Amino acid sequence: MKALIESIVTPLVDHPEDVVVTKKEEDTKVVYHLTVHQDDVGQVIGKNGRIAKAIRTVVYAAKSDSKKRIYLDIM
Amino acid sequence: MREVTASGQTVEEAVQSALKQLNTTRDQVDIDVIDEGKKGLLGVFGSKRAIVKVKRRKNQVEKAKAFLYDVTSNMNVDVEVTSTVEENHVTFDLTGENIAILIGKRGQTLNALQYLVQLIINKQGNEYYTVSVDAEGYRSRRKETLESLALKMADKAVSLQKKVALEPMPAFERKIIHNVLQQKDVSTYSDGVEPHRHIVIKP
Repeated sequence: MKALIESIVTPLVDHPEDVVVTKKEEDTKVVYHLTVHQDDVGQVIGKNGRIAKAIRTVVYAAKSDSKKRIYLDIM
Repeated sequence: MREVTASGQTVEEAVQSALKQLNTTRDQVDIDVIDEGKKGLLGVFGSKRAIVKVKRRKNQVEKAKAFLYDVTSNMNVDVEVTSTVEENHVTFDLTGENIAILIGKRGQTLNALQYLVQLIINKQGNEYYTVSVDAEGYRSRRKETLESLALKMADKAVSLQKKVALEPMPAFERKIIHNVLQQKDVSTYSDGVEPHRHIVIKP
């Protein structure tokens, strides 16, 4: 799942080395927290959050191994 | 080989030799001058050769294709991606098992992928491409569905003499409906703001 998020986000940004995805497991959900370089924030959110929405759609579509709900937190 | 460092008497010579090694042309590469070199005294003493680093620019379409392979394999879906380029429009066709995961409800996953591919393909490079991503003929099936839906809703609008609003759709799907109802006795327009923009059929 982490690899998936990275593979989507890395080609979108100008500073691929600053893409960081951290995983946090909670009782009912798994939260993936995504941070990117300061200048790249716009590239992963987009106008009206359009890019962020597209990223989430793809990420949520992937089957995960755990039964918990997946949640993607951006910045 | 994607990148070489070459040297020559002048920058130009170094670039030429690098291009030869990469077997490519100047418009396909990024050139980085590391050292401009020095002529030196009488061309003998203290002369320094020019050094350049030449990197082959990855083809935009190839990059987008690699992205699709990357993402789908990370989603544990095995697909084959074929691309066709017509002028400035690229169509990526995905085929394989479990393709339904990539399409999603009413094609929402496919549309999200299409949007991301469009962004990535145009991020670098000089050409501007429009992109469509198709999976196992989904787009043409969807087109048929939309056309029959459009005709049905147009009939409804006429018989009720009332406006009929459809559910929100992306721009290229609305276009299909506008097109098919052009010859009918109804007028169509789009209302609302993206992403909730939808078609209204007026008798």
